[in-house]
Amino acid sequence: MIHKYSLNGYNILLDVYSGAVHVVDDLTYRLVDFTSEDMTKETPAAAYEALSDYGEEEIDESYAELYEAFERGQLHAPDDYEQFANMMINASVKSMCLNISHDCNLACEYCFASKGGFGGERCLMSEEVAKKAIDFLIEKSVGRRNLEVDFFGGEPLMNFDVVKKTVEYARAKEQEYGKNFRFTITTNGLLLDDDKIDFINKEMHNCVLSIDGRKEVNDRMRPNWGGKGCHDLILPKFQKLVAQRGDKDYYARATYTRYNLDFMQDILYLYEQGFDQLSEEPVVSDPKLDFSIQEEDLPRIFEEYEALAKKLIEMKKAGEKINFFHFMIDLNQGPCAIRRLRGCSCGNEYVAVTPHGDIFPCHQFVGNDDWKMGNVLDGTFNVDIKKQFAKTTIYNKEKCRDCWARFYCSGGCNAANFEKNGDILKPYPLYCEMEKKRLECAIMMQAALAD
Amino acid sequence: MEKHIKTLNKANLKETAVKGGCGECQASCTVAQKCK
Repeated sequence: MIHKYSLNGYNILLDVYSGAVHVVDDLTYRLVDFTSEDMTKETPAAAYEALSDYGEEEIDESYAELYEAFERGQLHAPDDYEQFANMMINASVKSMCLNISHDCNLACEYCFASKGGFGGERCLMSEEVAKKAIDFLIEKSVGRRNLEVDFFGGEPLMNFDVVKKTVEYARAKEQEYGKNFRFTITTNGLLLDDDKIDFINKEMHNCVLSIDGRKEVNDRMRPNWGGKGCHDLILPKFQKLVAQRGDKDYYARATYTRYNLDFMQDILYLYEQGFDQLSEEPVVSDPKLDFSIQEEDLPRIFEEYEALAKKLIEMKKAGEKINFFHFMIDLNQGPCAIRRLRGCSCGNEYVAVTPHGDIFPCHQFVGNDDWKMGNVLDGTFNVDIKKQFAKTTIYNKEKCRDCWARFYCSGGCNAANFEKNGDILKPYPLYCEMEKKRLECAIMMQAALAD
Repeated sequence: MEKHIKTLNKANLKETAVKGGCGECQASCTVAQKCK
């Protein structure tokens, strides 16, 4: 399968099953339509007729290059990956979202977690539950060394003492069990102080700093419980954390809604404020809400992603250090094909644990008891649900079978699929279209930066 | 010297299927992620 598109003056051919990316001239861009999985060395006669505005010699020259790519396995490579779909069926659990707090000091309008409480009582995780969760992860991660634990909520800083004790507990187990814990934290920043900044910068492999960009954009969607925006409170705290973080990973993470489809301005604003690792996500919300993204917004969103890609090319060529999460793509290596079949591997290698110790396939399923997998306190763990997710690959998502992007998005977010379509196997087209546009921009940027 | 096509990468997805699957990379919340 070949995906071809033109963007920003570049004609791009993505050979889906080899991962090869070719930048081609106008003639070759048209000529590739006359090639197939069983192409031969001879230029098809129909090509001369259809491309009569070019000379035969030039067409032959271009076709010969296409045939060379075919011979190298970089054009019309076969789809040969379904045979690997059963690998990882019995994979160990090795990642955990630890919902350390089901409470929040903000009341963000778009919060998927019902403003921190996940639709239930507001509560904090006890030290006992957190330690049991770590024990569960160590026990279930047979054969794995690298383990990921993300402190999440709600607002994790509301329960920071337990965060610290959990890290200390896990670190003390690393050598004994041959594990390497990588901790991450997602915070709204309100409770950051020098002590917390020092601890986060020492212990957190990555940290996600939630801020939506321009003051008026942020404060419209991210008020406290009294209705007051948080921009002025969190910005200096995040700046201090990042200034002291050195080379360690972080993301200033924004959400865009229908209210700010000019979200490039928020990315550039955050860059001006000193953040160079940036992420901006489309809101995930009930389509009936005013701020929810609608299908009719897609052309405007595509335009914005393209403008952002062009701006980032210009900035990078000028030597500026700026990184946009969704335009990161490693065309030479990246994850192996096995990982790409499942992506995040929620419910199989990845679970979420609530303050009461309940286990869910991921943080997005928390609060829906139909998906409860067990509890770390009583040691229960439903392997049938794990198997259901283990079998969820791009090969049993019908809509993904013919999609060129499937080795990059891995079939989309299972939780979003369930929320929108009631089925983890049915991707939500609106998200698919945005993902495909981001990928096209990301690949085009690689072409432009290689010039 | 190729005149009409510039190939940007030496990707070989099939090779990663055969050699990959060690399971040590980040499994948690696109994967387009670092590998071994």
